[in-house]
Formats: sequence, structure tokens, C-alpha cells
Amino acid sequence: MSERQLKYLEAINEALDICLDRDRRTYLIGLGVPDPIGVFGTTKGLQEKHGPRRVFDMPVAENAMTGVALGSSLVGMRPVMTHMRLEFAMSAMDQICNQVAKWHYMFGGRSKVPMTIRMMIGRGWGQGPQHAQSLHAWFAHVPGLKVVMPSSPHDAKGMLISSIEDDNPVVFIEHRWLHTLQGPVPEGYYTVPLGQPRVVTEGGDVTIVSSSYATIDAIKATQLLAGDNIRAEVIDLRTLVPRNDELILESVNKTGRLVVVDQGTLTGGFAGEIMARVTEQAFGALECAPVRVTSPDYPTPTTRGLSNYYYATPLHVVSAVRGMLGLPVDDPFVDVTPADKTHDVPDNTFTGPF
Amino acid sequence: MTTETLSRHQLARNEFATPPPDTRVTLHRSMMRIRRIEERIRKLYPEGDMRCPTHFSIGQEAVAAGICENLQRSDYVISAHRSHAHYIGKGGNLRAMFAELYGKVDGCASGKGGSMHLIDLSVNFLGCVPIVGATIPIGVGAAFGSVLQDANAVTAVFFGDAAAETGLFHESLNFAAVQQLPVLFVCENNLYSVNTPLDVRQPANRTIADLGRGHGIVSSQHDGQSIEQVYDVARDTIARMRAGSGPVLLEFMTYRWFEHCGPLSDLHLGYRTQQELDEWMARCPIKAHEELLRASGMLDDHKLARMEAEVAAEIDDAIAFANASPFPPRSELANHLYA
Repeated sequence: MSERQLKYLEAINEALDICLDRDRRTYLIGLGVPDPIGVFGTTKGLQEKHGPRRVFDMPVAENAMTGVALGSSLVGMRPVMTHMRLEFAMSAMDQICNQVAKWHYMFGGRSKVPMTIRMMIGRGWGQGPQHAQSLHAWFAHVPGLKVVMPSSPHDAKGMLISSIEDDNPVVFIEHRWLHTLQGPVPEGYYTVPLGQPRVVTEGGDVTIVSSSYATIDAIKATQLLAGDNIRAEVIDLRTLVPRNDELILESVNKTGRLVVVDQGTLTGGFAGEIMARVTEQAFGALECAPVRVTSPDYPTPTTRGLSNYYYATPLHVVSAVRGMLGLPVDDPFVDVTPADKTHDVPDNTFTGPF
Repeated sequence: MTTETLSRHQLARNEFATPPPDTRVTLHRSMMRIRRIEERIRKLYPEGDMRCPTHFSIGQEAVAAGICENLQRSDYVISAHRSHAHYIGKGGNLRAMFAELYGKVDGCASGKGGSMHLIDLSVNFLGCVPIVGATIPIGVGAAFGSVLQDANAVTAVFFGDAAAETGLFHESLNFAAVQQLPVLFVCENNLYSVNTPLDVRQPANRTIADLGRGHGIVSSQHDGQSIEQVYDVARDTIARMRAGSGPVLLEFMTYRWFEHCGPLSDLHLGYRTQQELDEWMARCPIKAHEELLRASGMLDDHKLARMEAEVAAEIDDAIAFANASPFPPRSELANHLYA
């Protein structure tokens, strides 16, 4: 029996549809949420189905509208707010970090904030300095938030439903390059619990921990490494906070080697957090220094002439692993020519502009 | 704020309906109670056991009393850093408030909030926070949420003059106007943000009520020292809002007597003058109203003394409760990170 295949964006749409059906208190709000495109298709058709009192557009006022969503949750609603780019949510950092994250704690648990904030991150195709930032580590740094960034359509649906049903504020981060990814997605209602990483591929030579689209890079890297008879174990974080590290520690205890792949920039990034946890708790198991594969500490350049040398690719993961094993390493960057249009898209389905 | 500016923006109507005697006495008691509670906090604060930044409303009581008297228990109130008067006015539990100021486990926020994070959901006092402007959209959201659930609640959002300088204020008014939400924006314009006067922060030729009008919201400026004026405009406004008028902004000119944060005088800082303070103290909302009630026979020495004794006993009880309450146990540190 072949499982039903859906794109990640269809899985998101289905999760939202199911949550709107199941709970009258749930509503969607965000710029462009009910428009004909429907946030890359993720909200398409939902206002038509559920009506204008369940699915809202909004003014371009991210900070106040985050407060509005918070306020509505205090009187019993369960808002799902969507930002087409994480950078737009940065206008709402005051409300997200000062209010949303702390409301439950600072009022001694008297109120709760069941609120989901979807944010898209991007990469390639000229996304540039303000459409390509992977700042999930910022949100992970603020106690009180949950931060979720699944990499598969199956997890996207199940974890978005879990996020919306959670009584806490959840930052749910979707990578644009994942939106068109296909995978098996069960019909109807199901949940994937927050907080539990997933072993994507098993292997005994090296542990690769990743999240969101970096997991796709990690999977591609394992295929390349397999050609050299190197067996990598890929662990997809799925949830950054709160998180159970047991699987990661077990894996490192088995492999003795750790590579962390993260699209965020290096300094203060989440890759460093995973590395710190592992070195604190499994130092004795490590056979060599762990390695981070991240974006470099620069703003993202727009031209593919430069962004080609910016984003880490599966070849970087391969190089990191080969380096650890003492094998020769090539420069993972491949020079780009104007005629070559394959370097800055996930596949030929991504045709821009964002 | 000169009397000239004030009169220029006074309500079109100069005559205010006289509240009935019962209501007048209630309003008086409400103002007096807020004053006495804060006076007691002033007295105890220097002991150093209420270890949280505390912003006193002494001098500004009429706004809280006049607005809250017109709200029902099911209506929502949200406030900012100078929030004691609003919490008390809405009927917030006094024992829980004192326990919160003392950081005790029986505080309204289990001691995790303090003076700037009061909450009492039993009377729909949703909370207050010190980030200026931050609770304006949250109050709008409460109104939005109640409309989505077809509730007939009005949400009153209390904020100061500086909040009108934030983007959040404008973004919130815009959305409240777009959705025609039942939000009462209550600006207590006390002329200073910390120690910075209004004239270096906002242009002299427009009021905060003007900003409301700019967003298409019915707005007006009033004398916040007159309990009759506050009560009257609040009564009419809230009645109209219940009938579906949409959002309204009321700006009340008022004045705090003590320092921005803390129980002391701050005249030595030199940012305001003794003369200005004297002028505003001469317009004390409680004193003026007491004289009026005495003159009309609604209050006398005996009734006032009884009122004072009742309030004093209530405060004594709340402080005793707070003192008897323990600090939160260590386990509370990890509690309430998530619901």
C-alpha cells in the first residue's frame, strides 16, 4: 500500500484546516493569510472554507498585532499568526520576548498564552540580507517560548497541530525550500509531540545533528559519505526548545563524533548550543573535536556570485566528516558561472521570487 | 499643561450630569481608598521589604475611580507600570496585592511579578506591565477576542502620555478602528515621562486626543482632577460603546505628586517646580470632592470617619495577610515556565 504523498506546504495547510475544524477558538491571522496566494499556498482556501471570522488579514503592524493575538488568547482564543519572513516578526520582538514568552510565568501561572507564531526562513534565489536569516537561536534563548522547526511534511503537519493545541506560545519555523518537498503524510488528525528529536538515518561512524532544511543537506551528505563507506547517523532536532537530548547523547556515545549543521550564522548560533550540551554531557565519548557547519558571520549577500560562497551545502557536511576522520578534504565551494542556475535553488520547482 | 490648553480642549459640553448621591459617595470612597492604600505603601516602602519598582498614582485617583465605577465585573481592564489605582478601582484583591508587593507566595502573581505585574482575573483585571505602550495592543486583543466570542464586554486600556509616542499605540488604534472594537483607550496625561516633560516629547499644538481623532477614533480631552467630569464622560462613553459605538479615546489631564518611581518627593531634581506641584495639589480630586459632598450634606465628619476606619482596617488586614504569607518555595522557580 503506497502512502499518500503531500508537499510540506500542503501538509501545513491541512494541519491548519484540521485545527480550525476541531476548535472554534482557533483563528488564523497574518498579512496575506486570506489572499489568493495564501502565504505560499499554506493558507490557500482556508478563509473560503472557514469564513472571515476565523481567517484574517491584518495591518502591517507586526508588533501590535502580536499583542492583539496575545490579548485575544487571554480571553480564550487560540491565535495562529503567520509572518511570510522571520524578519518581519523581528518588528514584534518586544511583544514576543517581553510579553508573549513571559506572560504565563510573570503572572504566576494565572493566565496562559496558547498562541502559535509561524515564521518563514529562506535561502538562495537572491533572498539577501533581510529574507534569508535563520534566527531561530534568538527565540530559543528566551525562556517561555517553544521553538519548532520540522523538516518533513509528516512532521510539519503533526507538529503544527501539536503547536496549535499546546497551551504555550510556540514559534513554528518553516523553511521556504521545504515547502515544495514531498513526503508521506497520513490523512486526518494526528499529532507529533514537541520536544523529541528523530533519528532520520542510522549509522555508527558520525552523528550529524541538524534542523529544518539543514536536515535535507545532512541526508544528502550521508548519501555521499556512504560512497566512501562512512555511515552517518542523522538526528533531526525538530524542536529546539524544550528538547530531550537523550537520542543525541546515545548516538554520540555510539559514534564518538559530532557534526552540527545549522543554517544560522556561527557566533551565538544554535549549533554551538548543541555542541556545548554534548561536550558537557558526553565529553568522554568524543574521539575528536566536534564541528559546526553553519553560515558564516556575514549578512547574506544577494548576488548568487557571492551567495554561492555563503550557504553551507551537503559538500560542507561531507568535508566536515572527512576532516574528522583524517581524510583529504576539498574546498566544498564550487565556483559559479552566470549560466549555472542550479546552485541557489533546492530543485527546479523553486522559481522565485521568494 | 496650562489652563489655557486645558480649556481649549475641554469637552464641548460644559455641564455635567450630577451623579446621584449614592454614586457620589461611592466615587469618593473609591478615590479615598486608592489614596489611603498608596499612602500606606509610601509609609512602608522605605523599610525595604517591598523590593520592587513601585509607581504611585497619588494625585491621579479620579481617573481610575471614575472609569472603573462605570465598568462591570465582566469588562476587562489592562494597565501599565502606574497601575495600583486601576487594579484597586477594578476591584482587585487587596490582600493579594500587598502580598505581591512583598514578594510572597500568596501574591496575585505568586510574587513573580511585583508592583508592575498585578493581575486579578476574578474581576477581569488582565494584568499590567512596565514596557511603555505594551499593554495597549494586548487590551485591543482582549476586545478582539471577546468580539470573536460574541461577548458584550468593554475593554479599558489605561496608559500614560508617553505611551502615545510608541508605535504600538498607533498600530493598536489603527486596528481597533479598522475592526471597530469596544476598546476604551484611557490616557492619563500627567505631563512627564520619568523626568522628561511633555514639551520635549510631543508637539505643543496637538493633544493626544488629536492623535485618536487622526485614527478615526472618537476622542476628547478632559480634566482628570474632576471626578464628576471623569465619571460623566465615562458613563456616556461606555454606554455608547455597549451599544456598538466602536473604540473611544479619553485623555485626562492629571498630575502625580511624587517621584516617577518610589514614594518620595523629587523636586530637588529640578525638572519641575514647587509652584507647579502646589497648583496641582490645590486641585486634589479628593479634597475638592469632599468639600462638595460636605457642603451638600452627602458626607459629614461621622460618615467620613467611618469610611476612613473601614478602609484602614481593610489595609491593616491586607498587610497582616501579606506579612503572614511565606516567600514562594524554591520549587516555584521552575514552575510556570510552561502551562
